[in-house]
Amino acid sequence: MALQSLDITRRSASPTASPQARKTIEIAKLIDVSTCIGCKACQVACSEWNDIREEVGHNIGVYDNPTDLSADAWTVMRFAEEESNGKLEWLIRKDGCMHCADPGCLKACPSPGAIIQYSNGIVDFHQENCIGCGYCVSGCPFNVPRISQKDNKAYKCTLCSDRVAVGQEPACVKTCPTGAIQFGSKEDMKVVAEQRVSDLKTRGYDNAGLYDPQGVGGTHVMYVLHHADKPEQYSGLPKDPQISPTVQLWKGWLKPLATIGIAAAGLFGFFHYITVGPNRADDEDDSQAAANVGRKEKEEDKA
Amino acid sequence: MKPQLIQRYSAPERINHWVVAVCFILLALSGLAFFYPAFFWLTGVFGTPQLARIIHPFVGVLMFVAFARQFFRYWHHNLLTRDDIQWMKSVKTVMQGHEVGDTGKYNGGQKGMFWMMCACMLVLLASGVIAWRPYFAIHLPIPLIRVALLAHACAAIALIASIIVHVYAAFWVKGTIRAMVEGVVTHAWAKKHHPRWYREVTGKQK
Ligand code: HEM
Ligand code: SF4
Ligand code: SF4
Repeated sequence: MALQSLDITRRSASPTASPQARKTIEIAKLIDVSTCIGCKACQVACSEWNDIREEVGHNIGVYDNPTDLSADAWTVMRFAEEESNGKLEWLIRKDGCMHCADPGCLKACPSPGAIIQYSNGIVDFHQENCIGCGYCVSGCPFNVPRISQKDNKAYKCTLCSDRVAVGQEPACVKTCPTGAIQFGSKEDMKVVAEQRVSDLKTRGYDNAGLYDPQGVGGTHVMYVLHHADKPEQYSGLPKDPQISPTVQLWKGWLKPLATIGIAAAGLFGFFHYITVGPNRADDEDDSQAAANVGRKEKEEDKA
Repeated sequence: MKPQLIQRYSAPERINHWVVAVCFILLALSGLAFFYPAFFWLTGVFGTPQLARIIHPFVGVLMFVAFARQFFRYWHHNLLTRDDIQWMKSVKTVMQGHEVGDTGKYNGGQKGMFWMMCACMLVLLASGVIAWRPYFAIHLPIPLIRVALLAHACAAIALIASIIVHVYAAFWVKGTIRAMVEGVVTHAWAKKHHPRWYREVTGKQK
């Protein structure tokens, strides 16, 4: 949302650089999946703080409710039942925008300033510039942005950029009763994660680890996973997320190729005309036609 | 029509052509605005960026329908023959202003252009519908939409480059634009550029 007083490092569809002089530290939200009890206090806090209310849904037999992210539900808890180490595990993951360092949504967006990245790492959508094309949906490797049915604008987690701008932690962090969500500088959060991971390892979770995928340049929402070797177990968290090659081709290679193609067609016409000249058959009065024919014959004789 | 002129396109054919042409210009400008960040201001052809996003696909469908009408008018004039292959092989000579072969209503280049446009329109419609929000894209898987957006942009660029050549050819060969504006061409024009068609429509042997 556009309530912000943070420095912008990158804007969508803006070929020239944003002001770079001021440097702020990178922040991160750390979600410790192994400490989460699935109480959904964070979902409620998000809804409260941002004044968004998803329509009351239906119970589909599991705890997931709402069942998916939406323009009115920017974070949802996903509950997965997995068997590993010979026992049933209930893996609960708070899903939402990962605030990628290299955000596919921003890369794909055609509207200047509809998606912006702050120097602290938050990726935010400015709906007043959004045209509703949905390119961000195609660009995102985590299937996060949602286009509202009401106003055809894209919405997602803002990492509470409005709260962070005034020195507060995101609403979900503030609310979490178990301390499973923490917030601070990315550097600090990595240290916290490391302690937590080594703790998990002593308890038999040999593959515990931090999820900070480098395919998207790292993220500003990170997970501590007990099974970092199998992130897919956590309701399809991608193992090696990166901007899809199709999107890379579309937003990368195709542009220079297109420019060359269109320019070549135009330049060909221009230079052809000023070198070969018009192709006349005519016409209006016979004398001119005769003159033309005569001229052409002479040319042909020469050739 | 003056007696010394030959009718090439009827009024309905000309209206049909210019409906397609105007749609194309609006689509190409708004499309390039989505494609090139530096040209985003071209969304202004439809008023505002949001309106451009909303209107573009509807104009696209209109263009497709109007183009389909043209397809059914002209496809049988555009079947490739051996002469056309000869024409294409001699395109260098043609570009010097000399004619090659006994050309009918359309020459090899025009026929190639016709089929190129058909292919582009088909890809543009299919991919455009897949990417169309809010109506269709929400029901379709994201990987498919990604491919559609790539294909849509590729086909649009191919069509835009082709149309530049198409427009230039019409401008270069004097007397051609008149065929699509007033509907008529001169005997000299027809005899030079489309001799076989000239004999067909006039019944003359030479
Ligand atoms: C045949 C029917 C067509 C349909 C249904 C269609 C639909 C669309 C849609 C849905 C988009 C995404 C933006 C938006 O939501 O408005 C789009 C983008 C675009 N369209 Fe079309 N369109 C059609 C024809 C054309 C034609 C004839 C051209 C021009 C030659 C064209 C050029 C473009 C371009 C260049 C883009 C931007 C692609 C990008 O951002 O990479 N479209 N079109
Ligand atoms: S998770 Fe998706 S929406 Fe969030 S910053 Fe990354 S690409 Fe953008
Ligand atoms: S829907 Fe809005 S935010 Fe998403 S890519 Fe289009 S203009 Fe950008």
